[in-house]
Amino acid sequence: MLDLFLNAIAAGILLGGFYAAMTVGLTISFGQLDIVNIAHPAFIVLGSFCTFVLHEHAGLDPLLAGVLLAPAFFCIGIGVYSVYYGSFERRGDESLRGLAFFFGIMFILEVLLIMTFGVDYRLVETSYIGESIKIGVIGLPFRMLVPFLAALAMAGGIYLYLSKTFTGRAILAVAQDRLALQLMGADPVRTKQIAFGIGLGTAAVAGSLLIMLGPVEPSVGRLYIGRIFAIVVLGGMGSIGGTIVAAIILGVVESMVATFYGPSWSPAVAFGFLLMTLAIRPSGLFGR
Amino acid sequence: MRIGWFYPIALLLVLGGAFATKHVDSNFVFYAGYVVLQFIVLATAWNILGGFTGYVNFGTAAFFAVGAYTTIALNKALGLPLLAIMPIAGIIAGLIGLAAGYFTLRLKGVFFSIATLALAVVLETAVANWGYVGGASGSYVIPPAEVPFFDNYIEGLFSLMLLLAVVAVGIARYIALSKIGRGFAAIRDDEVAAECMGVPTLRLKLIATTLSGALMGIAGAPYPFYVTYVEPTSAFSLTYAVNSIAMPLIGGTTTWFGPVIGAVLLGSLQQWATVTISSELNLLIVGVTLVAFVVLAPQGLVGLARKLFGRGGRTP
Repeated sequence: MLDLFLNAIAAGILLGGFYAAMTVGLTISFGQLDIVNIAHPAFIVLGSFCTFVLHEHAGLDPLLAGVLLAPAFFCIGIGVYSVYYGSFERRGDESLRGLAFFFGIMFILEVLLIMTFGVDYRLVETSYIGESIKIGVIGLPFRMLVPFLAALAMAGGIYLYLSKTFTGRAILAVAQDRLALQLMGADPVRTKQIAFGIGLGTAAVAGSLLIMLGPVEPSVGRLYIGRIFAIVVLGGMGSIGGTIVAAIILGVVESMVATFYGPSWSPAVAFGFLLMTLAIRPSGLFGR
Repeated sequence: MRIGWFYPIALLLVLGGAFATKHVDSNFVFYAGYVVLQFIVLATAWNILGGFTGYVNFGTAAFFAVGAYTTIALNKALGLPLLAIMPIAGIIAGLIGLAAGYFTLRLKGVFFSIATLALAVVLETAVANWGYVGGASGSYVIPPAEVPFFDNYIEGLFSLMLLLAVVAVGIARYIALSKIGRGFAAIRDDEVAAECMGVPTLRLKLIATTLSGALMGIAGAPYPFYVTYVEPTSAFSLTYAVNSIAMPLIGGTTTWFGPVIGAVLLGSLQQWATVTISSELNLLIVGVTLVAFVVLAPQGLVGLARKLFGRGGRTP
């Protein structure tokens, strides 16, 4: 019983790390820039399928494929934000049409993936994915440990970028005060383009982690929308550290429910988590 | 308030539809017409909340499926006829809309949208785990062999949906022209200012979510009889959400007739495309049309027409 409990916690922490990788891009775009990119999980799934293709046809390691895809996704992000800015943000029309825009993108991505790959599950296999290490009674499978470590490295990198570089600080500033940012000599639109691009870049890496963790089919992204938005909110809307803590909390809760009540209830956990976050603590754990 | 011409035309439409069932032999017309009418109800219901107050509901499929599964459960448990189930389906879906609104509408509007999106996923999980209504593998519904007044049950369903569409559009029109509608528009344009002027914003928003959810649930109730076999993936299909958003945005969200125009155009196009082209491509068309319209024609066809004919076109 204790073994089961400890293993559930360990698996939950690893799962939470992976959730952090999925969420960190949204922490930037939704938490800091106030862009409700509900297509983020769809881009993650796109990243998974691109990883699948690169792995299958070019023999690339999935994680390496994800890192190589990130710049391409960065460019897509700049393009998407430019359209979003020109069509909605500049007109002050984000709420209704901006949401519909991202919903449309999400739907188009899903349909395109179904048209290209069908509705079958795809997976990648590498030498290390099946392995696991044992610490005492706790087993840590590599297919969860690698995404966990990659997620922490990515979140750490983004944290350093945001706090140490000029552009990074400009990103943190743009959400708070556009005008002051302009006076400091940074272009707010350009800054937001870069920030949104980084957000989508993380989706490519998260996609490679997603397909490493388990098989992926085109509409799987929907299962994660409630989860990752709940994490952003609980993490305090825009804090990278808060995102990691919130993601690990959700991961542990979900893993406990899956172990003791059955895995088919985990989407319900995420939704309950989201509702409770919104109802009880909408300002997040470390609310400003 | 002008009410003169609407109700006679509405009555004529319903009578005309019922008349058509006696004189048109091709059942395809009624099968296809049912879907278009169903989308008129869904698009109108979505627009009561989304277009009038500006709060985006991504969970049309959830409310629709609640209606459909109410029918399956009550038909199986008590053997109730469809006409008795429809009001119950409306009440259940309305209460879900009220709860979703109550939990999230006091916060920023996007949280309501995200919650509705997550709601669809959770309800689908719950239904897939609920063995009584067929679980993930779905269940069959046997339509009644005889329907009073009509030759077969599809003509009856068609007439029922026609009546429902007319009622839904009538409700939307009534709201748009009434004091409630002005309250909704005030919320859409500037919620803080509306609150300051004494508009009871939370109450109005809850009225909108409840009414909108209830209409979607009622629209879903006849669905099991229409398809005769229901499983969670098709009942919770994202196509309901995307269509019910795309149709009002294509037609024009600020009027009661915009969603009708969008639903008739996009609904008929899809009925035609499903027959002639593949169904995936047909979904792609809907998605691309939605994105193209929100980017290029933000006021929809109604806005374009107003711009062309210069009748009080809104300047962005």
